[in-house]
Amino acid sequence: MLDVEKIKRDIPLFQNYPNLIYLDSCATTLKPRYVLDKMDEYYQEYGVNIHRGVYELSYRATEEYDKARKKIAKFINASFEEVIFTRGTTNSLNMIAQTYGMANINLNDEIITSELEHHSSLLPWMQVAKKKGAILKYIPLNDEGRITVENFKKVLTDKTKVVAITYVSNTMGYLTPIREIIELAHKQGAVVIVDAAQAAPHFKIDVCELDCDFLAFSAHKMLGPTGIGILYGKKSLLDKMDPEEYGGDMNNDVFHDNVIVKETPYKFEAGTPAIAEAIGLGAAIDLLEKIGFDNIRQHEKELHKYALEKLSSVSGITIYNKTADIGIINFNIDGVHPHDASTFFDQANIALRAGHHCAQLVTKWLKCNGTLRACLYIYNSKQDIDIFVKTVQEVVEFFRQFSEV
Amino acid sequence: MNNLEFLYRQIIMDHYKNPRNKGLKGYNHVHLHNPSCGDDVIVEAKVENDVIQEINHTGSGCAICCSSTSVMSEVLAGKTTQQALDTIQDFYHLVKGEPVQNEEALGDALVYQGVSQFPARYKCAVLAWKALEQLLKGEQDE
Ligand SMILES: Cc1ncc(COP(=O)(O)O)c(C=O)c1O
Repeated sequence: MLDVEKIKRDIPLFQNYPNLIYLDSCATTLKPRYVLDKMDEYYQEYGVNIHRGVYELSYRATEEYDKARKKIAKFINASFEEVIFTRGTTNSLNMIAQTYGMANINLNDEIITSELEHHSSLLPWMQVAKKKGAILKYIPLNDEGRITVENFKKVLTDKTKVVAITYVSNTMGYLTPIREIIELAHKQGAVVIVDAAQAAPHFKIDVCELDCDFLAFSAHKMLGPTGIGILYGKKSLLDKMDPEEYGGDMNNDVFHDNVIVKETPYKFEAGTPAIAEAIGLGAAIDLLEKIGFDNIRQHEKELHKYALEKLSSVSGITIYNKTADIGIINFNIDGVHPHDASTFFDQANIALRAGHHCAQLVTKWLKCNGTLRACLYIYNSKQDIDIFVKTVQEVVEFFRQFSEV
Repeated sequence: MNNLEFLYRQIIMDHYKNPRNKGLKGYNHVHLHNPSCGDDVIVEAKVENDVIQEINHTGSGCAICCSSTSVMSEVLAGKTTQQALDTIQDFYHLVKGEPVQNEEALGDALVYQGVSQFPARYKCAVLAWKALEQLLKGEQDE
């Protein structure tokens, strides 16, 4: 079991808002002091640029930056050269579409994606498809709104070149059967790009076992800082790809008419990177591993079950994803627009998100104007759930008085 | 009355459930959309001799947005363009909690005073008023 009280004590934001019930961790997680301290330490003790000076301080900064990359590589079972620092998932996924996609997609090629995607997984490929005359195909969702292997087979053909797919849906909390999908895609010669933004905070990712070609996630959704994320790519693919950006740090030799770029990962990291943030992400990973993913999963599962049980006694609400695999509750209060409801939650110090969650095709699939989304994470307790459910009940009752109007 | 009861007054919910002047007739219109929450309104107006004869609307969104569109369509009909523009400015002041010039002209729209306690809802309350303001200033959508 997690010691939620201790975890909360170690998050400075809770000191300023002791009564906050934070149910918006899918948007971003709150930051533990340990992560903030590690970033401060960089700025205060060795805050100079990396890979540049040959002086002692620069050496230390470079070491810490590389140490963070090593941690991340180990965290996802990749090798050092396969881990590229980016600005976040959105940046990672766009980079792949702009480099790999623009170089390898041709007229009438097929790109497979799904309606469960976050806009940052879908839109970069929509642009590639438009520019190249390729065809964007959507895996039909099943009745629950899940991606299934069976339905994936219906859209996979020998023309499929790319599969851009989410590991965990940020609105429905469903796990995609990506291992099977990757295996099938590879048989057709397609590469698979996995959006792991909502996977990395919750369970261990193993890129070797998955055999995915590219994978992306963001530090800020897993206790780390904003402004940094990861792009994993298989070395064999990265070696063949051109950098998206050119500039300092990414080259070995510059001539009047040519440049020899460095090896991966450095060739993809032009300019001064987000050094403190990389170190912060390393610290976040240390913390997650210390807490242990088994404990995190168990805690989330228990809370999720508890919340669903309590909510089942409230009439007048619709839950769209009762079978979610991750602690995400996507719901509406019947007859109440999600934005009207969210003001009530706000008044009760409950932070949750209302709207389409940057995944409009899901809300369209659900045929609604938007939803409310409550996400459970390591700093949430049963007491949070009690207050949340009580507030849901109050919103239902408040708006019921107008049902006769 | 607590803040929330003040925000969702009976009259607001009445306009939400039973919107007045809903449905377009084909006059000049402006379409505004708030992508962050999905509120979406089209406001049209028939203006003759500088007097607003009629305001109609369509769209979808939260109770604050939809009701305020409906209330506006009643409150501003019959005013001259300048009177309406003045009242629109006053409405912006009202929902921000700032002093208003002409309370009387706001009529039923005064119930939106409650919005000033909820800055996150300001955009919902003013969307239709912004659309009409643009329309009266000569803009229009195809
Ligand atoms: C599934 C998924 N993909 C991608 C993103 C985009 O991440 P970021 O905003 O950090 O680039 C998010 C977060 O909003 C997400 O939930």
